[in-house]
Amino acid sequence: MNPTAAVQLVGISKSFPGVIANSNIDLVVRTGEVHALCGENGAGKSTLMKILYGMQQPDSGHIEVNGAQVRFRSPSDAIKAGIGMVHQHFMLADNLTVAENVLLGAESEHGIGGKARRRIAELAATTGLRVDPNLPLARLGVADRQRVEILKVLYRGARVVILDEPTAVLVPQEVDELFGTVREMRAQGYTFLFISHKLDEVRSIADTITVIRRGRCVGTVDPRQVTSRRLAEMMVGSELPDPGSRESTVTDREALRVEDLTLLAEDGERRVLDSVSLVVHAGEVLGIAGVEGNGQTELVETIMAMRQAASGRVLLGHAGDGAGTEGGQVDLTPLGTLRRREAGIGYVPEDRTRHGLLPSQPLWANRVLGYQSRPPISRGVLLDVRAARADTERIVTEFDVRTPGVDVPAAALSGGNQQKLVVGRELSGDPVLLIASHPTRGVDVGAQAMIWEVIRGAQRDGLAVLLVSADLDELIGLSDTIKVMLRGRLVADADPATVTPEQLGAAMTGAAL
Amino acid sequence: MSGLRGRLLAPVLAVVFSALLCAVALLFSGDHPWTALRVMISQVGQGTTAVDIVNSAAVYYLSGLAVALGFQMKLFNIGVEGQFRLAACVAAIVGGLWVLPPVLHTVMIIVVALLVGAGWAGVAAVLKAYRGVSEVISTIMLNAISTGVIAYLIRPDTFGVLEGNNISTRPIASGGHFPGITLGTKGTLFGMVFVAIALGIGYWFMLGRTRFGFELKASGESPTAAAAGGVNARRMTVVALLLSGAVAGLIGLPGRDFAYTLNAPQGYGFTGIAIALLGRNNPVGIAAGSLLWAFLDKAALALDNIGVPREIAVIMQGVTVISVVIAYEIVRRYELTAQRRRVAAEANLAFAPAESPPPGPPPPGSPPPGSPSGPTGVAPSEAR
Repeated sequence: MNPTAAVQLVGISKSFPGVIANSNIDLVVRTGEVHALCGENGAGKSTLMKILYGMQQPDSGHIEVNGAQVRFRSPSDAIKAGIGMVHQHFMLADNLTVAENVLLGAESEHGIGGKARRRIAELAATTGLRVDPNLPLARLGVADRQRVEILKVLYRGARVVILDEPTAVLVPQEVDELFGTVREMRAQGYTFLFISHKLDEVRSIADTITVIRRGRCVGTVDPRQVTSRRLAEMMVGSELPDPGSRESTVTDREALRVEDLTLLAEDGERRVLDSVSLVVHAGEVLGIAGVEGNGQTELVETIMAMRQAASGRVLLGHAGDGAGTEGGQVDLTPLGTLRRREAGIGYVPEDRTRHGLLPSQPLWANRVLGYQSRPPISRGVLLDVRAARADTERIVTEFDVRTPGVDVPAAALSGGNQQKLVVGRELSGDPVLLIASHPTRGVDVGAQAMIWEVIRGAQRDGLAVLLVSADLDELIGLSDTIKVMLRGRLVADADPATVTPEQLGAAMTGAAL
Repeated sequence: MSGLRGRLLAPVLAVVFSALLCAVALLFSGDHPWTALRVMISQVGQGTTAVDIVNSAAVYYLSGLAVALGFQMKLFNIGVEGQFRLAACVAAIVGGLWVLPPVLHTVMIIVVALLVGAGWAGVAAVLKAYRGVSEVISTIMLNAISTGVIAYLIRPDTFGVLEGNNISTRPIASGGHFPGITLGTKGTLFGMVFVAIALGIGYWFMLGRTRFGFELKASGESPTAAAAGGVNARRMTVVALLLSGAVAGLIGLPGRDFAYTLNAPQGYGFTGIAIALLGRNNPVGIAAGSLLWAFLDKAALALDNIGVPREIAVIMQGVTVISVVIAYEIVRRYELTAQRRRVAAEANLAFAPAESPPPGPPPPGSPPPGSPSGPTGVAPSEAR
């Protein structure tokens, strides 16, 4: 028993169909510290926090608060125990005032009269919220809304505050202000659990850092004694099979040309993609490195026309005579997602359960997704179910998808087998270009090796691959060229033959290469 | 739980449960449940009852189908009511004014009904697709508006004619009547029954065999995955609602009075919602639901004759719908937890030697097919 532990998680495990989110995780958070929880998307951070906040029940393991074992059946149990959570996506009512938002659901604390108002004013000072509590929430900016969220959990008596990726929505100055508030509150004895994957931020604010990878606790370190590089290594891992050496298959035929692609944030002027230009040749793997949230997802989704670019062009195909001319290239700019797919793009999305699969549909119906307009799957407006089933059987055999049959719902498969199905499907239309977003995230080592081999093989046959990955070994091992993305721009090039994961990790955080 | 057994378990449980509940209600009101049940069943063989049940089931079927088309895409078309009433009214007006040669006349009336139903739903579709207005709100409002529009259209000084105490549209000449099949003393089977069957087959074919049906289901199941797969969500919304409205337009054409009168039937659109729920949007399920509903309608009359309160049939209709919804949810949750346990057990086996490279093949007895795990709660939620 650790007498100074505000919160202790012991042996927490949690699995969902097809995914092990947490496996035997231990975490000790001391009173009055800022404890950062680091890990890539999908590593299991959010699941762990949902368990701590009572939103989900662990399959095994238990939680201790101030040394006493507790069991949270719902968030209200966690709140009673003094644990509050500020979600990444705010849970606020725009049409209510600041004070009403704070009071909503907590009327029993101090009523809704003068006493409640005084308490709100008191706590508002703590959180650095300087607006009139009677202002409608709709008038507040993002940073102030976040403070209202913090105020809400404090008002409910929280001493331990979970901040779920709090900086994702903030601009740099606001991040500094938030960190100032967090430091002041820490001095007053509050404890923070800070979830993030931004290494520099974590290093500047945290007293202790715990890194999670693939649902397991990799280690707990002191930020003063660890470098960003070492942290990046812990997050992405280096224990992977060696991608090995090979001869180049890069040709000079352009498969994809992206020119000055710019994408604006949905809420305004912020440039999520800022004049991104790149070329991928047939037989080439172009790797995009970057800390999560710097525009990689948006780049891929804009190329797929799932997001509407503000300006710029996307061209596909191969130049007939020399680069630069448009002979043989198709201008995809005005086309929608389906037409771009038909033109010859295969797309392995980063989140297969949200973007790649229809979970409750059988495997063969999942084979249809994205190919519903093309032979062999369809003839005109009719689907050829028999052909779809036959081709799904082919993928199952060829890509070693472990399943009892093609009528099983996709959700029943493990993550690795789901991903093999997606990869097999996306290579089946004989594409010119494969866009692979984190193709081996959340899959077992066997599936990972298999997917790498498949990408290699397709590359040898002349496929162009745009690879986005947070796994630096994967990037270096597979890519012929690496570009580093930072704040929506491509800021540096790296040669995978010479660059080390450490150098790449540094470049991702903005250091010169 | 797989195949037919799994699919039938929930509805059968629900019907049995609601029958039991009604039996209890009957006992409380001092009637004998057994007698009531016998009367309900034996009435089917009497007079034109059997044919009447099929006829009104056909109407319910169209309505259920219209609602189910929206449900496939998670669109809740509450406006089937307004769509069918307006379509029936306009079709009756046009049919009464323009007299064409026999078959053409009927076809024209049907086409007008289809177009008006689709058009009225189209208002909600456009609002939803281009302005993000919830189709629930807009269709409810359109229902209210259609009542006003109909009242205006059948005034004697617009298109209506005064007949005694009733206002009606001009009656449709016999050449425009929808043909039926006369079965002697058993009654007349409306032609709409065959239209309903044909539409049911078309609906099944569309969902399972066409690109459009696939895109509809995909958008309903996962809008994000559908978008990544190149499905145009906006187009799907519009087309799904237009189709739903077009089918709704056919509801008002069964052809008993060949005109639209003040006391034209109402409420089919709302019944359709209940029937689509009963049938789980499945073409055969909806057929079973409509037949059950029509049977209970008739049973109400038969019960009345022996002095049992007819409301018992209405109670049974309501209880059946609720029980079906609950039974499906219970079965779904049960299967979900069962599946989770299986996968977790499997995962732990595979995870035990996790440090050593490739895990072996999955243990035998992998998850069985056909478990309808809903998307809710299954997807591992992760921060983004």
